[in-house]
Amino acid sequence: MSSVPENGTPIRNELFAGRVRSAWLFLTPMIVTLLIVAAWPLSRSIWFSFSDASLGHFRDAQFYGIKNYFKTITMDSGAIHHFGVLVDPAWWNAVYNTFRFGIVSVTLETVLGLAVALVLNANFKGRGFVRAAILIPWAIPTVVSAKIWGWMLNDQLGIFNDILLRLHIISEKIAWTADSNYSMFTIVMVDTWKTLPFMALLILAGLQQIPGDVYEAAEVDGVHPLSVFWNITLPLVRPALMVAVIFRMLDALRIFDLVYILTPNSSQTKTMAVISRENMFDFDKLGYGSAESTVLFLILLITVIAYIKIGRVNLEGNN
Amino acid sequence: MANVQLRDVHKSFGATHIIKGIDLEIAHGEFVVFVGPSGCGKSTLLRMIAGLEDITSGEISIKDRVVNDLPPKDRGIAMVFQSYALFPHMTVRQNVGFGLKINNTPPAELESRVNEAARILKMENLLDRKPSQLSGGQRQRVAIGRAIVRNPEVFLFDEPLSNLDAALRVNTRAEIAKLHNDLGATMIYVTHDQVEAMTLADKIVVLEAGKIRQVGSPLELYHKPNNLFVAGFIGSPKMNFMEVEAVSSSASGVIIKSADFTEQRIPVAKGNVKAGDKLTLGIRPENMRADTKGDLKISGKMELVEHLGHETFVEAKTKSGVSFTGLIDGETLVKLGQDMALSFKANDCHLFDAAGEAVHRLKVPEIVHA
Repeated sequence: MSSVPENGTPIRNELFAGRVRSAWLFLTPMIVTLLIVAAWPLSRSIWFSFSDASLGHFRDAQFYGIKNYFKTITMDSGAIHHFGVLVDPAWWNAVYNTFRFGIVSVTLETVLGLAVALVLNANFKGRGFVRAAILIPWAIPTVVSAKIWGWMLNDQLGIFNDILLRLHIISEKIAWTADSNYSMFTIVMVDTWKTLPFMALLILAGLQQIPGDVYEAAEVDGVHPLSVFWNITLPLVRPALMVAVIFRMLDALRIFDLVYILTPNSSQTKTMAVISRENMFDFDKLGYGSAESTVLFLILLITVIAYIKIGRVNLEGNN
Repeated sequence: MANVQLRDVHKSFGATHIIKGIDLEIAHGEFVVFVGPSGCGKSTLLRMIAGLEDITSGEISIKDRVVNDLPPKDRGIAMVFQSYALFPHMTVRQNVGFGLKINNTPPAELESRVNEAARILKMENLLDRKPSQLSGGQRQRVAIGRAIVRNPEVFLFDEPLSNLDAALRVNTRAEIAKLHNDLGATMIYVTHDQVEAMTLADKIVVLEAGKIRQVGSPLELYHKPNNLFVAGFIGSPKMNFMEVEAVSSSASGVIIKSADFTEQRIPVAKGNVKAGDKLTLGIRPENMRADTKGDLKISGKMELVEHLGHETFVEAKTKSGVSFTGLIDGETLVKLGQDMALSFKANDCHLFDAAGEAVHRLKVPEIVHA
């Protein structure tokens, strides 16, 4: 009882020191792991983006300045040409593709996911089974499901075209993955199929946080079900919804596997991650590809920060 | 007149029979409390009156109109929930006015009705706060405000005080009693707390396992319980029950004896009590006195002594192993482990037959009928 803090700072006693020690003890494995699997590759990638690294020589890569990002070359003829990621039309096309894909697919997944979650939140027989079953598309590795969809959507042999033809919905077979008019639609459709369950279950968790008596109070007030949805369900599920959307948005903006397997080499669907891998490994421009990866990283970072600020997302878990 | 009538009301959830035939008349302006242990069906019954649960069979009418198939909003009721059920994303003003706004009440009228409710509940200064910025008692007041603006014929309360601390509970209880006085509306109130029931009710309905065990005014239930269940449930601390045997019965009462008592006449109606019947004697702890001046004496060893100040609660065990409690004068000198005799008047005794039904008392305090 002797150590009363004079200026309001906490008492630094043995108990406090012990707590700090155990906090560090628990955090250390996590920090070390993050350093190895996140900080190290990320910093290597950023270093490569400022170097002339290629697959053949990346250990002895030389510092190259910002030339991977932007460089100006003056030809003998006097003509000035700009090169680098920041002025590369192929790159900006990939950025456009990625955001188009991200916004369309996440919007679709959110709306459909909310609908599915509302259904799953209702009381019906076999609800537990349906909740588990709906996770199957999410549980299958993307490589496998992308291959399955690839076969189903095959322009000559696919079951998809066969069914649509028999139903007279289309008059001739469509090359879903190869035709530039359909490839983006195809990617969005398959991605929605795959991640809808994840979205639905995240939203369902949010819905189940809403106490039932709030709905009963609305029922006593005679509030129309649609109005209950707009005025009560939606505002109350919003925090869960915002977190679910940001998870999905991050996933969507770095999409790689689905595009790489289903529609390789289509400029309609090539995303940031696909084009940066292509530069690194197919074209052996490790530095250039790394520069693209670094820009991808910055774009994601800015998107997330903007989303959190604008959406006032509460990530700290307090009210 | 907003009277409420229940006729042979049943409710089953699947194969589980919850409400087993309830008949009840509630007059306009009456304050009726449903009380009973948890699982007795009191909340279910209230929710059936509200229209939140449907009725398996029977008939419920409000204001002489059968409401079995009417949705809650058309029944002229308002309900206050145990956990308040406030909309967390709305301010108090929006919470209270939500039902009106949704039903297209003109803004000016909405405003004045919300303000009127706030005035009645003295919460004008809270109107722009969110529920998370309110204390439990304030939240409960908002929930009541939401009920008031609807101008209901019947208020339904589902254990509204059970989430409040003891001091606040007493305050809010008084506020609800005052509200009933001011509004003059019919109120039906569910609680498991017999003190709330005693203090608030014009009429108490004691439920056990989906059946009504007794309906009556608080003092009727206290002084003339119909059966062992009601006798044990109403009154705190709980009534003492002791096994006795009938020696003889006559128009002036039943003479009883037991291992702990000498023969004594208890003034109850003879009923069909015969000599040799096993009976249960009931005596309330507060009718015990710490001397031997009463008609019946019982002595035992003190196993628990709680000094409450103006009175002392004791629990003792007789030589034959019967436990009994007493609420005695606070200035009595009594110690743990001490042997002591308590006594009580024959007029204060209750008798119950082997089936647990009361043998009617002949001498009941006049206040019951006043």
